[in-house]
Amino acid sequence: MHEASAQPVVHRHAPPQGFIRKYVFSLDHKVIGLQYYGLALAAVFIGMVLSWLMRIHLGWPALPFPGLNKLSPNGAPGGLMTPEYYLSLMTMHGTIMVFFVLTNAPQAGFGNYFLPIQIGAEDMAFPRFNMMSFWVTFLAFVVLIAAFFVTDGPPISGWTAYAPLSAVGRDAGPGQALGQTLWGISIALFCIGQLLGSLNFISTTLDLRTRGMSLARMPYSTWAWFVTSVIGLLAFAVLLPACILLILDRVAGTSFFIPAGLVVSDKLQPHAGGSPLLWQHLFWFFGHPEVYIAILPSIGIVSHILPSFLRKNILGGARTVVGSLIAFGFLSYMVWGHHMFLSGMNPFSAILFSVPTLIITIPATIVVLLWLGSIYGAKIRFDSPALFCLGFISLFISGGISGFFLAQPSIDIQLHATYFVVAHFHLVMAVAAIFGIFAGTYFWAPKMFGRMMNETLAKWHFWLTFIGVYCIFMPMHYIGLAGNVRRYALFNDDYMIPMNPVHKFMTIAALATGAVQLIFLYNLFHTRFWGKKAPDNPWESTTLEWSTPSSPPPFDNFGGKYPVVYRSPYEFVEGGAADYVIQTSPVEVGTH
Amino acid sequence: MTGKLFGLLVAIITIVSTAFFVMHTWWLPQDISTHGHGVDHQLNETMIGTGILFVAGQLVLASFVWLYGDKKDGRKIKSFPGGAAVMVTFAIILVGIEILVLTFVGSRVWASAYIAPPPADAMQIDVAAEQFAFYFRYPGPDGKFGVIHPEMANDANGNYFGLNPANDEAARDDVVVGELAIPVNRPILLTMHSKDMIHSFFVPELRLQQDIVPGLTVPIHFTAVKTGKYEIVCTQLCGLGHYSMRAYLEVKTQDEFDQWLKTQSGD
Amino acid sequence: MSESEVALGHAAVMEEPAYALPPKKLTVWLFIISDSLTFGSILFAYGYLRVGSTNWSTPFQFPSILNGMIMTFVLLTSSLTMLGGVLAAKAGRKSVTVRWMGLTALLGLLFAALHLREWSHMIGEGWRLFQNPTGGSVQFGAAFFSITGLHLLHVVSGVIAILVVAIGFNRGRLTEGHVETTGLYWHFVDVVWMFVFPLVYLMNAAR
Repeated sequence: MHEASAQPVVHRHAPPQGFIRKYVFSLDHKVIGLQYYGLALAAVFIGMVLSWLMRIHLGWPALPFPGLNKLSPNGAPGGLMTPEYYLSLMTMHGTIMVFFVLTNAPQAGFGNYFLPIQIGAEDMAFPRFNMMSFWVTFLAFVVLIAAFFVTDGPPISGWTAYAPLSAVGRDAGPGQALGQTLWGISIALFCIGQLLGSLNFISTTLDLRTRGMSLARMPYSTWAWFVTSVIGLLAFAVLLPACILLILDRVAGTSFFIPAGLVVSDKLQPHAGGSPLLWQHLFWFFGHPEVYIAILPSIGIVSHILPSFLRKNILGGARTVVGSLIAFGFLSYMVWGHHMFLSGMNPFSAILFSVPTLIITIPATIVVLLWLGSIYGAKIRFDSPALFCLGFISLFISGGISGFFLAQPSIDIQLHATYFVVAHFHLVMAVAAIFGIFAGTYFWAPKMFGRMMNETLAKWHFWLTFIGVYCIFMPMHYIGLAGNVRRYALFNDDYMIPMNPVHKFMTIAALATGAVQLIFLYNLFHTRFWGKKAPDNPWESTTLEWSTPSSPPPFDNFGGKYPVVYRSPYEFVEGGAADYVIQTSPVEVGTH
Repeated sequence: MTGKLFGLLVAIITIVSTAFFVMHTWWLPQDISTHGHGVDHQLNETMIGTGILFVAGQLVLASFVWLYGDKKDGRKIKSFPGGAAVMVTFAIILVGIEILVLTFVGSRVWASAYIAPPPADAMQIDVAAEQFAFYFRYPGPDGKFGVIHPEMANDANGNYFGLNPANDEAARDDVVVGELAIPVNRPILLTMHSKDMIHSFFVPELRLQQDIVPGLTVPIHFTAVKTGKYEIVCTQLCGLGHYSMRAYLEVKTQDEFDQWLKTQSGD
Repeated sequence: MSESEVALGHAAVMEEPAYALPPKKLTVWLFIISDSLTFGSILFAYGYLRVGSTNWSTPFQFPSILNGMIMTFVLLTSSLTMLGGVLAAKAGRKSVTVRWMGLTALLGLLFAALHLREWSHMIGEGWRLFQNPTGGSVQFGAAFFSITGLHLLHVVSGVIAILVVAIGFNRGRLTEGHVETTGLYWHFVDVVWMFVFPLVYLMNAAR
């Protein structure tokens, strides 16, 4: 039927014509991946600005912020932030960052772009679903941002939206009217977008691999995107009904999450029979796998990038790395109660949830040790992707270690709801995962844009950000141990007043580190339009994306041919013209 | 050069951060409870165990990056002796042991505070949490608490608990105050309710924290061993006044407490 | 050429699909797994609230249970007729396929009609998402209408899908693969009902 060497392709869709088809309603996974990445970029800057406002307020609460009263006359009269405004900034910051940045960029962004290419496919299995999933996500983002502009303002219940605060409606205070309902609708739409995406990723990975690309020969990043999609398929399927039930409580008079006898703002609420703990169970059953959705792609991306800069494979190879990813995914479903140790649920269950939570430390330790063991004896090339990967390792160690404390109920008694928790999740999610995204950007920019990013700027970006994030988040551990409570708009309690200087320090670090990100933004945009032309395989890497006939790849990725794969990814050899063997090479000799 | 800079930076960050942990520059406040030493012990053990892993991990990273830059000298690439098997085994055994030990000891600490029932002679105090204050209720000389009627709660009249003294005899002598006064060295049982949102009761010095869920009555118990005034802070986001929701725990001698209670009942 | 054909037609240049499942069928299975968790969550919420309730109602008298049994029979039969359609499609007999699928859609609509009639009867008695005319827990209405409503939504979308695919298959635009995956979805909707009927109806039968 088809011969191995001449592989004519029946294109599943013709090359797009016209601006709208090419760049707006595109079916091309590469364009969709960049659209997701662009959405995440916009979201991260909005989320970051929100965090700057929060940190300035926490550092200098008595200082009027010029112009803020114009932005929000109710929220910041005279430029001084009201507590509810602070809480609404915090809620939107968390929601935007967790959903629209961390679930988007490393998975939907890079995954959409590179998964088909890394397995030798022409596109995703369902390009129309793919396009739909992006636009549904975009719609979700618009609905969320709309909450900023409604009369009562955005919700104040945190990204976790605990009931009854989130469920009783406007009696609960500012932000809890239309803003909270819009939040619910936005997240429900987001779930649908993610589910469509997961269906695509899983079926593409299982069904569209080119000849020779067995599951064992897939790059670590592909495996990570695959495992993350499986987790997402199950997790978002639970958040969707939870949000719908929450919306019903708010608009249809149901009481899923609201017990009887509540008196809010002096009004007896007409609800009965519901349970606030039910919301927590449903939310965290989604919420814990969600944070693994946030970190696993970066773990995959870092594991994928490192070999090119160590000139050797990760210790243990596919079996151990992929085994750890799968262990993470599996265990992530058994631990949700560790967010609820003190919630009022049966205290015996705290012990039950604590055990698998601690056991997750094992695959986490394994991957860190594998990375360290790979660096041993390597020949490290210190380009910017490598620096961000190495920085990731350090940050993942730091962030992971604090988890070990919180996993134990006896210690969580003291650290729950303090800045220790804030330190933990920011280090693993906000910092480590973002370093994974940076590493991916610097690594894949030559392929996506056909241009090299400026290495000098990239290195400045790295050093200053690396120092900056430690300055912001390391002190949070200390004040958390001292009992600094989180989600507070001000620290007026006697024992917290002495910690205010630490807050000032962290604010300055946050603003400085935020400013440094402008270097990245400038570098990214300058490169996209005016960067130096990149060779096809600038990092001398081994996987299929570096075998495309052009950068950026042609619309069908491989220019009219399907590649044939002869070997595992990450093969490096001694002798020969080069020290690496690309996956499409039939012979095990290093050639450029 | 880059590798050395990275190694140096990571080493400095590690040493500085660890120093602040070791020096207890910011640390837990004093422990005034009977069960708290268990929590502190667990925390310290974990701090040491993870501290070693933290320092070792970061310094290994730092030194490997320092040592293994590509010096373009044609040196052969080395593989870690023992391969992945060493890493996997080490991780499973080391972390596995830590998990077992910490879980075994930690469960007892947890159980002593949250699963074990309160002593039979514990003094029961009723707690009402609402947006944005805590109120405390003592049963008065009859030793009985009046029934709570949520629809009768009226902050303006000071009827925070929704009591009905006109029709409920047990409610008539209930003492309702805004501070939690307790006698030292006496087991205390708090039965906590919320009127509106989920709140949380946290006293860092007591090593005790518990969410107060509307629709449930949540019990916690403890014994304080040192007199003094300590802060109770709300730790579950409950609305715009969450940051200002606090009360004071006043641990008094038995005599001082009796005197205090008499004064409160008087007015 | 359909996407699954293209994907499989390149067997010589691509790896065998895992578990020999072509993309569209695999995707419907994945959707089913995901949707099971969605139904599972809402059934979990129902169970959680019911166990915690002190005044749960069990209002279904025999006529309601009989109605439910008829609805179950109708839905089970529709799965059989759907199966008939799939077999006919595989044998390439277009008009027979369309007849079986048409019958399936009709049975689905009958199910929906019986369901809506029951709903309107209950609403007439005073049942709402937030109201229980017998004075028992208001959670009954919330659980009942949300669970059966979600299922009904799946039934109606299924009927629409069956009609669209039947017409498409008849005109030659769609393949037996499409008929099969639609059948798969329809069987799933049936299986969900086999959970909903006992948990929501039988467990709330008047004693």
